[in-house]
Amino acid sequence: MTNLVLPDPERLAARIQGGERAAVASGLNLLDNRLPAARSHAVRLLACLSGERSLSAGHLIGVTGPPGAGKSSLVSAMIREWRLAGRTVGVLAVDPSSRPELGGGALLGDRIRIKSVGQDEGLFIRSLANRNQLGGVASEVWPMSWLLLACFDVVVIETVGVGQTEIDIAEIGDTVCYVAQPASGDTIQYLKSGIIEIPDIFAVNKADLGAAARKTASEIGRSAPRQDRREGWDYPVCLLSATMQTGIKEFHAHFDRHRRFLVAAGLLERQRSQHQSGWVLRLLKEEFGTFGLGLLGGRTTIEERLGACRSSQFEEYERMREHILSRLLSVNQPTLSP
Amino acid sequence: MVAPRRKKDQPWLMRTYSGHSSARASNALYRTNLAKGQTGLSVAFDLPTQTGYDADSPLARGEVGKVGVPISSIADMDQLFDQIPLDQMNTSMTINATAAWLLSLYIGLAQRRGIDPKTLSGTTQNDIIKEYLSRGTYIYPPGPSMRLIADTINYTVKNVPKWNPTNVCSYHLQEAGATPVQELAYALCTAMAVLDRVKASGEIPPDEFPQVVERISFFVNAGIRFIEECCKLRAFGEMWDELTLTRYQVQDAKLRRFRYGVQVNSLGLTEAQPENNVQRIVLEMLAVALSKRARARAIQLPAWNEAMGLPRPWDQQWALRIQQVMAFETDLLEYEDIFDGSPVIAAKVGELIAGARREIENVEAQGGIIAAIESGYIKRELVGSHMSRLRAIEAGELKIIGVNCFHETAESPLTAGSDGAIMKSDPAAERQQIERLQEHRRQRSDADVRAALQGLADAAKSGDNIMPNSIRCALAGVTTGEWGDSLRAVFGEFRPPTGVDIAIDSREVLGRKDQVTDLRERVARTGNALGRPLKLLVGKPGLDGHSNGAEQVAVKARDVGFEVVYDGIRLTPQQIAQAAQEEGVHVVGLSILSGSHMELVGSVLQELRARDLAGLPVVAGGIIPPADAERLLALGVRAIYTPKDFNLNAIMGDIVDVVRETNGLERLGGLS
Ligand code: B12
Ligand SMILES: Nc1nc2c(ncn2[C@@H]2O[C@H](COP(=O)(O)OP(=O)(O)OP(=O)(O)O)[C@@H](O)[C@H]2O)c(=O)[nH]1
Ligand SMILES: [Mg+2]
Repeated sequence: MTNLVLPDPERLAARIQGGERAAVASGLNLLDNRLPAARSHAVRLLACLSGERSLSAGHLIGVTGPPGAGKSSLVSAMIREWRLAGRTVGVLAVDPSSRPELGGGALLGDRIRIKSVGQDEGLFIRSLANRNQLGGVASEVWPMSWLLLACFDVVVIETVGVGQTEIDIAEIGDTVCYVAQPASGDTIQYLKSGIIEIPDIFAVNKADLGAAARKTASEIGRSAPRQDRREGWDYPVCLLSATMQTGIKEFHAHFDRHRRFLVAAGLLERQRSQHQSGWVLRLLKEEFGTFGLGLLGGRTTIEERLGACRSSQFEEYERMREHILSRLLSVNQPTLSP
Repeated sequence: MVAPRRKKDQPWLMRTYSGHSSARASNALYRTNLAKGQTGLSVAFDLPTQTGYDADSPLARGEVGKVGVPISSIADMDQLFDQIPLDQMNTSMTINATAAWLLSLYIGLAQRRGIDPKTLSGTTQNDIIKEYLSRGTYIYPPGPSMRLIADTINYTVKNVPKWNPTNVCSYHLQEAGATPVQELAYALCTAMAVLDRVKASGEIPPDEFPQVVERISFFVNAGIRFIEECCKLRAFGEMWDELTLTRYQVQDAKLRRFRYGVQVNSLGLTEAQPENNVQRIVLEMLAVALSKRARARAIQLPAWNEAMGLPRPWDQQWALRIQQVMAFETDLLEYEDIFDGSPVIAAKVGELIAGARREIENVEAQGGIIAAIESGYIKRELVGSHMSRLRAIEAGELKIIGVNCFHETAESPLTAGSDGAIMKSDPAAERQQIERLQEHRRQRSDADVRAALQGLADAAKSGDNIMPNSIRCALAGVTTGEWGDSLRAVFGEFRPPTGVDIAIDSREVLGRKDQVTDLRERVARTGNALGRPLKLLVGKPGLDGHSNGAEQVAVKARDVGFEVVYDGIRLTPQQIAQAAQEEGVHVVGLSILSGSHMELVGSVLQELRARDLAGLPVVAGGIIPPADAERLLALGVRAIYTPKDFNLNAIMGDIVDVVRETNGLERLGGLS
């Protein structure tokens, strides 16, 4: 057995809400931890951090796009703007893991691109590997983004877009931004796939490359389908250059504008609460399988229960987990050591 | 038997790369070296000087006077060349990001001594491109860096005509793992980028451009595979001749000659059985001496104790004597080229040229060397080559005597002394330099300094040649840090890609019974026991640019299943501790080869404690003498690795055990 000491969730939550960096770090470690004991602590921590505020405060942003499109460089440029405006920023940067048969390791390389020189206590970056979770976002990402939201004004999640990722990211972020690589097959593929429906803001980076970037921007502008879109949002396509620092201010302004739009349309809370139910389900299923969901009366029942307690879904999650665990425990009683 | 007297060729320039502690101490060393028959000077600067910081900058702490001489102002330059006649000396300065500045100090000093700058001869290394790829003392982004190179060329061609304003370096690429083909290709791409930039500046009339081409010299490497290396130098000559003719229309064949200096390979010099390095150095020197057609113009040799630490004067003397024996005792210089007409050599040269051409085309297709640096392509290629080399050593396919074979050795009398057989820079040097600098600041006219710095900033913004205003700064008593900061304010700073994100070696797959698969299993098992995958932070604190070790540790750790954070070189202890905290790593690995490990490791441990991370295990590697290793272990560092520990698998196994032990799990012990 390890001598790992798990932090007390209540105290940790208070420290996190006080913006203590050490607490944020150990909270993230806890949410990342898959030991059964840690799971319970993690769910408790989330429950302590939830509440009305968690549905309305801050801004959760997803940035996705093909490898090397300049996501990190753009995030870095935006962080500069946010920091100048006095807003604090938490970042989750997700990189791919190598395949399990090749060891499953990962080089987490976004940090160096995002962080400019110098010390900044208002910026917190955690890098994560996607751990081969079916091309999508590792399920740790979602709880971690909620934790960061409890203590930073803006939370950005950067992921490499490979289809499923966009869908996952759309189920986390208030605002999703797609960063396109000028003149690359990825963008064409992207336009053809249905995923183009997802982003709220498009960025064509590397405008300094000239014609190729302009062409890609106009392709996206033409293809971004308008049916099925949200009334009152214009799905801007920005042409910009992280290297030359051009177009950043306009681009940056769209994020605040999008958040204002969500609030005005009453969508911010609704979206967050939907996302929360979706992820609670996913986490329950991941931990206990369909069998576990069955112990709670199945998917629909769970959804109903979660829907009934919009701002306290984490508490509900905790209750459901305890319920399943106690049922499993009673089944497995004889083999369990005290 | 007495050999018949024949007319001998002139030998090459003989130098030893040196400088330490202070301008005064280095000046004394230079004068003794000249007295021993050395024919030119090669100045090693300390890292603050190379990266544009003053001795009293917080970033310079622990680094002043360590690996070279600190030069903060014209006063230091004056002391460095005390009683050395500038107009008669050939001075090579290994200086890059701040080359325009150090050259300005040299020219300013000459002016102050009443010497005509036209009589100055020597070299500023001034190849900032390879700094991004290997050497690590970059400051500004590529665009402004290219401009600084072009400015110094444009200026010296007109005003200091005997100066070699830039020395295109392939040396450092080999030290970062490059193959001969990569060395050829990337060095020639660099030379093209520089010449194209100078041409585009329009400062040189087209009919004078061949003179610019002629001023471009090279600094190359010669490794232990000395026949191939000799062929590489012949290939360099042929390719340069062709390139300068076709691309730059230089008609005069004399102006197309490939002129180069050399330092032989140091990457292959070992800490284990260090006396063997002497034969390695001699053999490597053959590569650049044997073939008259491809012979070096200047040679500097490393010392036998290269992998242990800085050489003492006696070690350097031994290196110089190797050159002298080669030049004056052997019959080497009596013959015309001994390889001309050899089909074997010609075939090898042809093969290298073909390979280099392909790679040059590849880089050009990506938009040239700057684009290929910014995208990380070249750096990844180098990290990949170095990885192949190390894995071959690990596997025993590449034999290194005394390291992965023939370990048995008698006690060496060479390393028996109490000084650890290395040179220790003066521990009081930093304090004294700071005092000297502060005194200098009090002596100068603030008004002159302000005016000169304003002129510098204006030139930087307007695009005027940086040199006249830099010389004005030098004469006004501006300091290295002030010059560096003024340009930082205009140009910004840059961190190049780290290159560690190379593809994983897919031959190392599950199912094979080898160390890698064993390690993967251990890493996964330990991660499971702790609840999340093992995460390692590889940190490079201080101004140290030696990235090879950190890169290879990062890549290997990834390959055996760690999640690895590596943010590149030149981070402060605060930045490293902050990253360790934010990233929630299980272990921190520091890599330090600059000799500042005592100060830097101590600061990192302190910063970790300040962040509630006193229990986080820290290991360290690099050039760390045994006595210091003991002291670091006593400070709480969990393990120390030095070049002797060549097997990265073994190191990884050990790190897994350090993590296990920290977390109350039993150690798993040595690998199968
Ligand atoms: C290659 C090299 C260079 C290359 C570096 C290329 C690069 N990108 O890394 C170049 C040519 C650029 C270079 C330049 C300089 N160098 Co140099 N260089 C070397 C050399 C020959 C080999 C180092 C190396 O890369 N070895 C291969 C790697 C894989 O080995 P390693 O880093 O030792 O790592 C191993 C272990 O130490 C350990 N390890 C290391 N780090 C870590 C980290 C962790 C976490 C772990 C677990 C293990 C670990 O594991 C590795 C596997 O075996 C050494 C001498 C020598 N033979 O060791 C001098 C040496 C380090 N250089 C030296 C100097 C002085 C310089 C300069 C500062 C000179 C100057 N004044 O300008 C410059 C400037 C560099 C800078 N910006 O800081 C000195 C340092 C003196 C000292 N410490 O007292 C040395 C010792 C040479 C000497 N005797 O003078 N150098
Ligand atoms: N020309 C140009 N290059 C850029 C620009 N922005 C970023 N780059 C370069 O594009 C490369 C990738 O940039 P990143 O910001 O790391 O891209 P990313 O999308 O985060 O990459 P991954 O996280 O690896 O998928 C780097 O070499 C950048 O220097 C830009 O505006 N113009
Ligand atoms: Mg990125």
